[in-house]
Amino acid sequence: MTIKPELPVQFSRTHRLQWEDAQQKHVILYPEGMVELNQSSAEILKLCDGTRNLAQIVSELEQKFTTSGLTNDITAFLEVALQNGWINQN
Amino acid sequence: MAGLTKTNPATALRADITPPRWLLAELTYACPLQCPYCANPIDYAKYQTELSTEDWKRVLTQARKMGAVQLGFSGGEPLSRKDLTELVKHARVLGYYSNLITSGYGLTEEKIIQLKEAGLDHIQVSVQASTRELNDHIAGTASFEHKKEVARLVKKHGYPMVLCVVIHRENIHQMAEILAMAEELGADYLELANTQYYGWAHANRDLLLPTKEQFEQAEAIAQAFKEKVAGKMKIYYVVPDFYEDRPKACMNGWGTTFLTIAPDGVALPCHSARELPGLNCPNVKDFSVEEIWNDSKAFNFFRGIEWMKEPCRSCDEKDKDFGGCHCQAYLLTGDMHNADPVCSKSPNHGVIQQAIDSAARNALSAIEKPLLFRNSKNSRLLS
Ligand code: SF4
Ligand code: SF4
Repeated sequence: MTIKPELPVQFSRTHRLQWEDAQQKHVILYPEGMVELNQSSAEILKLCDGTRNLAQIVSELEQKFTTSGLTNDITAFLEVALQNGWINQN
Repeated sequence: MAGLTKTNPATALRADITPPRWLLAELTYACPLQCPYCANPIDYAKYQTELSTEDWKRVLTQARKMGAVQLGFSGGEPLSRKDLTELVKHARVLGYYSNLITSGYGLTEEKIIQLKEAGLDHIQVSVQASTRELNDHIAGTASFEHKKEVARLVKKHGYPMVLCVVIHRENIHQMAEILAMAEELGADYLELANTQYYGWAHANRDLLLPTKEQFEQAEAIAQAFKEKVAGKMKIYYVVPDFYEDRPKACMNGWGTTFLTIAPDGVALPCHSARELPGLNCPNVKDFSVEEIWNDSKAFNFFRGIEWMKEPCRSCDEKDKDFGGCHCQAYLLTGDMHNADPVCSKSPNHGVIQQAIDSAARNALSAIEKPLLFRNSKNSRLLS
């Protein structure tokens, strides 16, 4: 499973992404499980709302953090997310 | 900045105690089914009083404030509570990820929609076997076709669909068919739970415990299937610890992660802890969740390693399994401070083999004992 650059990325309808006050971090919730996210993973997933494709997510984050060269890291993370079913494309 | 205010000083002060993450709300012991492996206590019929709606709301609020986020509505059959939808709503507002753990009995499409609107996140339907005949026999109630219909409706209404099948000697030969059924129903998650021998399952062990060969065969089939459906269906396989030589890290460590509230309000560090003597588990009607979690004798009883006896005390694996399951130690050795006898280092390890032999003798004997079904009549008889 690889990310298709042209298609928008959508966070899974059967998972939930939320901020946890007690843990001071974002988590993904799904049946019988919870994944704790670091800040950059959470920032990426928050942009997976079904309106942006890979390039748009990258440029938005590069702007937000005034940096460049994030394409490889973001692609790698999104591929992990896809394999885990946290996001989908279609 | 609400996100930065520490709302919970007690948790911050007791740095050695981690807050609960999972809350299991056993709403009621009432259940139309009679599964002979039911994890409810044998004497459940004694506990007739149930918490009120207001009690449950308070408990959900208090536990959430401490950091609990995964919530299971269980029982008994949680659908027997009239206020289920109201509690689901309350849980959603608090930010829980909530799960209905149901037999599916009496669940209608209308209710499925209503619960979805109230904010329920997923529904876990239990099925007892892959054929109607065996399902209805084990459940002690005609329910097979309806369960399959419920599974389809759960899926139709956009919930992640979790199918749960408890595995034991009566259905283990159906492993391949059970997997095919899960695939046909489009399960997103499949929980294959080898029976854990507490509560009713302990009483029925001679009839439920499979042989090692049966386990290994079934496990190989499940393993091959897991690879086949990777990416489509997630499989949780609960291992049968009687055939292991190290115990499971029970509840991820006592009083570290899991909190169970029984129907009458008794707070338990694990859902079988009610069977342990002298713990005096506190009731949420008398104390706040925070007081119970941080300060009660019951929740502190097996925290850390002070309570341990040999061989656990000097064992270099004690950080991995914390000595195993205390309920199993109590049920099988008579002393809850002992190492879980599943451990091959336990001087009582022989009781496991005795249990296996006894079950095998029963399987071969001409007059097999009858299954003891979980119902109020049997419960009163035995308590
Ligand atoms: S295991 Fe069976 S009898 Fe026990 S609560 Fe669940 S459905 Fe009811
Ligand atoms: S001796 Fe105790 S701590 Fe060591 S592996 Fe066995 S059960 Fe675990």
